[in-house]
Amino acid sequence: MNKSKNNAVIKYNRWGYIFLIPFAVAYIVFQLIPLFTTIYNSFFENYRDGLTQIGPNFVGFENYKALLESGKLLTYTKNTMIMWVMGFVPQIIFSLLLAAWFSDPSLRLKGQRFFKTVIYLPNLIMASAFSMLFFTLFSTVGPINSILVSTGILKESFNFMSHVWSTRILIAFMNFVMWFGNTTILLLAGMLGIDTSLYEAAEVDGANATQIFYRITLPLLKPILLYVMITSLIGGLQMFDVPQILTSGSGDPIGSSMTLIMYLNQHLYSKNYGMGGALSVLLFIITGVLSVVIFKAMGYEKGAKK
Amino acid sequence: MDQTNLKASKGMNVHLRRAISYVVLALITVMCLIWFYILFINSTRSHAELTRGFTVLPSTYLMKNFQNVMKGTLPIVSGMKNSVIVSVISAVLCTYFSTMTAYAVHVYDFKLKKFAYTFILAVMMIPTQVTALGFIKLIGDIGLADNLAALYLPSIASPIVFFYMKQYMESTLPLSLIEAARIDGANEFFTFNRICIPLMKPAIAVQAIFTFVSSWNNYFTPALVIKSDAKKTLPILIAQLRSADFLKFDMGQVYVTIAFSIFPVIVVYLLLSKYIVGGVTAGGVKG
Repeated sequence: MNKSKNNAVIKYNRWGYIFLIPFAVAYIVFQLIPLFTTIYNSFFENYRDGLTQIGPNFVGFENYKALLESGKLLTYTKNTMIMWVMGFVPQIIFSLLLAAWFSDPSLRLKGQRFFKTVIYLPNLIMASAFSMLFFTLFSTVGPINSILVSTGILKESFNFMSHVWSTRILIAFMNFVMWFGNTTILLLAGMLGIDTSLYEAAEVDGANATQIFYRITLPLLKPILLYVMITSLIGGLQMFDVPQILTSGSGDPIGSSMTLIMYLNQHLYSKNYGMGGALSVLLFIITGVLSVVIFKAMGYEKGAKK
Repeated sequence: MDQTNLKASKGMNVHLRRAISYVVLALITVMCLIWFYILFINSTRSHAELTRGFTVLPSTYLMKNFQNVMKGTLPIVSGMKNSVIVSVISAVLCTYFSTMTAYAVHVYDFKLKKFAYTFILAVMMIPTQVTALGFIKLIGDIGLADNLAALYLPSIASPIVFFYMKQYMESTLPLSLIEAARIDGANEFFTFNRICIPLMKPAIAVQAIFTFVSSWNNYFTPALVIKSDAKKTLPILIAQLRSADFLKFDMGQVYVTIAFSIFPVIVVYLLLSKYIVGGVTAGGVKG
């Protein structure tokens, strides 16, 4: 009896493998094999010099060495990080503020659903189209310049895209507008998850709103803040659409808004597979390390045991 | 006396704080929406009007600009069609197969179950860009270069959607239900399609929207995969618009083209925002 039941269970459980097949096949073909090909290619010299094809010749770690020694990698990493920080700092400040207001029972803000809908909207917008829109709006003949000149704030139109910091500010600002709504909603969920009796107890003890925020909300929010920060950092490392379209792939002025993925994109376009591979592997390692941090911080392993 | 004073001051405080938060929220609303307002206004104006500076009220050239774009050199109609094809198929494949994968891990007990689950979680954060090189080489080898299928087939394996579905299943799909179906003689595939899928509808809807939108907006991979004009998706056309000699363009057409790429998503979003905003948190963060 027991044995036949066991057989039935095993018979059913075979279906577990069958249902995993589509995922496994698609994953192996489109992600795992490409990952290994990418790593493999990073050890070969393989590019076009004018009309002649060089390689593929095995060169060991030469591509990595060339990449690290050229100085470009360092510059582009710096650019990426600068623009990420410039977008992330206002993002986290506004998100904390808004989430604190939305979750504050004593404020009883009306129209919360409307505001949440509005702040999340830019997150769904096509980044390349949004960037193109900013390019037209902020171009020398665009409406922003014409407004600034006609109101007398500027004497003549300002070329936003030919100055290092105005270009970076535009990119960071777009990233900020696109992502702060998402962060607000995540933080809000975290704040609403905090036991309200803690707030009540604090209020009874005479704590004011600021004290409650710094002494209760923030410490309890730490895991979610860490999650938000690291996912944002991983997203920041992938920054591509906005600067690519705004600068038409050039990363100008003088390469100051060139990001790591734009650099990778250049190698892929020019079919410099050796250098592209090495750059991909470095990015893979960095995101891998960051993911492990999230993994640990969020305790996902617990989920696996369930 | 003292007590009432304290209360009054506290009351004022709340009113003041409420007023401040409404003002800030109003400003933030403007910051989020003004770009789309300007985009809309400018799409309705002719090139001549646009060069004269900005106005607050719309003009009457929307249809004219639209017709000009249709007649223009950018294959915008086929771009729209390709974007819709890729995004819809991605959304369907991604949600159906992610639910299936989650079902495998949720319902069955097999040797590799724990490994499969941990593996999928571990690779969740790997960005597609770092495998792009191998991906381009691979689709060249298997004859999918310059083919829309190369854009939607990979969505069958989406670790993040899988994770969301698994979380949702834990709260909505009791194993007793599956067992009841088995006793009634349903085979496993039937049970999945007729019992699991209907129960998962809310989760599938949310993830279908997210997959649709991210595929609609995707620029990096399509730009590397698609070469021929007839297969280009909207983001590639936007990039083409940007790299063309910008000042020679009819600005009315430029704005209409951007509006074309942005407004369909806004309309879908406004219709379904209730589910979307709720869906943001349900997947990722656990306390």
